[in-house]
Amino acid sequence: MSDYNPNIPPKKRPFSLQLDPAKFEPATDEEKAQQEVMRESTTFFRDGMRKLFHNPLAVGSMIVLLVILVTIVIAPLIVPYSYSGMITVDGKRDKSAKNLPPFTYSKLEQQAIDNGETVFPHIFGTDELCRDYFIRVIYGARVSLSVGFFASLIVLIIGLLYGSIAGYAGGRTDLIMMRIVDIIYSLPDTLMVILLSVVLDQLLGQSLQNTALASIGPNMLSMFAVFGLLYWVGMARLVRGQILSIKNNEYVLAAQAMGAKPGRIIRRHILPNCMSVIIISTALQIPSAIFTESFLSFIGLGVQAPMPSLGSLANSARQALQAYPYKMIFPAVGICLIVLSFNLLGDGLRDAFDPKLRK
Amino acid sequence: MSGQKHLLDVRGLKEYFPVKSGMLNKMLLKAVDDVSFTIDEGETLGLVGESGCGKTTVGRTLLYLYKPTAGEVYFDGQLVTEKNIGDFRKDMQIVFQDPYSSLNPRMTVADIIGEPLDIHKLYSSKKERADRIAELLTLVGLNSEHANRYAHEFSGGQRQRIGIARALAVNPRFIVCDEPVSALDVSIQAQIINTFEDLQQKLGIAYLFIAHDLLVVQHMSRRIAVMYLGRIVEIGPAGDIIGSPVHPYTESLISAIPMPDPETARHKHRIILEGDVPSPLRMPKGCPFRTRCRYATKECEESRPELKEIAPDRFVACHNR
Repeated sequence: MSDYNPNIPPKKRPFSLQLDPAKFEPATDEEKAQQEVMRESTTFFRDGMRKLFHNPLAVGSMIVLLVILVTIVIAPLIVPYSYSGMITVDGKRDKSAKNLPPFTYSKLEQQAIDNGETVFPHIFGTDELCRDYFIRVIYGARVSLSVGFFASLIVLIIGLLYGSIAGYAGGRTDLIMMRIVDIIYSLPDTLMVILLSVVLDQLLGQSLQNTALASIGPNMLSMFAVFGLLYWVGMARLVRGQILSIKNNEYVLAAQAMGAKPGRIIRRHILPNCMSVIIISTALQIPSAIFTESFLSFIGLGVQAPMPSLGSLANSARQALQAYPYKMIFPAVGICLIVLSFNLLGDGLRDAFDPKLRK
Repeated sequence: MSGQKHLLDVRGLKEYFPVKSGMLNKMLLKAVDDVSFTIDEGETLGLVGESGCGKTTVGRTLLYLYKPTAGEVYFDGQLVTEKNIGDFRKDMQIVFQDPYSSLNPRMTVADIIGEPLDIHKLYSSKKERADRIAELLTLVGLNSEHANRYAHEFSGGQRQRIGIARALAVNPRFIVCDEPVSALDVSIQAQIINTFEDLQQKLGIAYLFIAHDLLVVQHMSRRIAVMYLGRIVEIGPAGDIIGSPVHPYTESLISAIPMPDPETARHKHRIILEGDVPSPLRMPKGCPFRTRCRYATKECEESRPELKEIAPDRFVACHNR
């Protein structure tokens, strides 16, 4: 101990825990500055989008949907056939072009080709009324997608309004509104859909004649009405539940303590916090609406002939299933692709945006 | 009492919640039952009591976040009612217990702190708003560069500071601090408490400081009120309450304070209360505390003790003292 010098670190012994004092010097300002790495501030939305685009299933289904969307918009502009009329060759109706397999030509068309004319190929063949099947499937997908989209929109609007009123008002209002929802919820929905579409079909069919809406067809309108009347209840329940749980958060109380009015509280605090759940559920509502539409068309209550829908195409293909199986495959694959893509996209949206699933 | 000299004067505040029991039976839960107290300009009143005794409800009811069943609140001599509460929102603010649920996760810090400014239109230009937000952030000890971040990017203590900055944005004269430190760990508690004290010195704000940690309350407050089952059982200067508690409930609360020194703690006599808190739905007749009180007599069973002054500025509700 006599020759102890505080400036020289003691000799290290192999089994001791002697520490090097040099390691305990305070950090310089430069070193401190290195620690201050500011994490890039991300918004909830940007963070969610980043997650969504890292999900291969969601990206894949988005691509599929985009391809389908582009096809159904562009294809009718390119393909020279109409979904309702027979194929014509040089102005003559081509009766030989019946039930052609894909990429084949009828006798008349073959003659025209031999004469040097160009005939657009029948990509999916033709149906029993000599109509180009490809364009019918395209229009069917158009109808199915628009039914799915608009029906979900109707469900969203009604459900959002109803649910947020019930949830925010609370008390007796909530009680009565939710019992109504319970009643509608307890109705057997398939039966109601069938009954409603029969009744509405007749009612609308008479009143719609010679109006602009007639071109959409009473069946389509009654289908929207069915969705609007029956399927909003799930959305209303969801929205009410969300609002009830968000309403009790302390930041809503804090806003009240600041003197914020109810409108501001709903707009700034409640809706932004339940938006993700609502968007996800709307995205999942679309395939279910498409499926219901296909089902209704399949049993003959859907869109009106000659307007095709994927469901009604599948139905008519069923009658000649053994002779022309490919006619079943095209609309069936179409329904599958659309419904599957929307479901996967909805799942991806949920994984990316649902606050409960966030890590 | 004239109500003129105090900043806040709460008289006979009652808050009853209807509770359903069974099919048609409705019962009243007396969360706050006849509570009166005053707070002076720049003063801190500590409010303590065990969980569920109505501390938080007192704080929220006097801000009219819940509609009071009965009672009057005077602010600066003026009666506060449901209609004119909007005029007082700028003067009375609240800081919440849970720094996680009290900040909207979809808003940036600038928007959270700026919202009271927006509501009361306290700025004339965007620049003024941004400057005020930066000033508030600095005031509570946060970096003003943090304004564009979201609340989830901060730690609990930082979030609590954001909550404080939001309450301060409107230049209030009175803040209800609803257990502002109980969700934080001890070292952060000290920082937040010091922030509250600094702000009081700088800005002269009065606090109603709700907590269940007696040492924190003693440190913060000039006077302490002790609540039991919706009523104030003892109120008086902080030193006296901690040093010589009079009400048997306060006595047992004080004896339960953990001592930092093990030697003193060993010799300390702890009064352990027997039994559970009675349900506020079925309050015992007479003194609500008598079921657990060591000194309970026949008188306690028959009549409810009122607050009586036993020393200057010191009130106790007990028959035996």
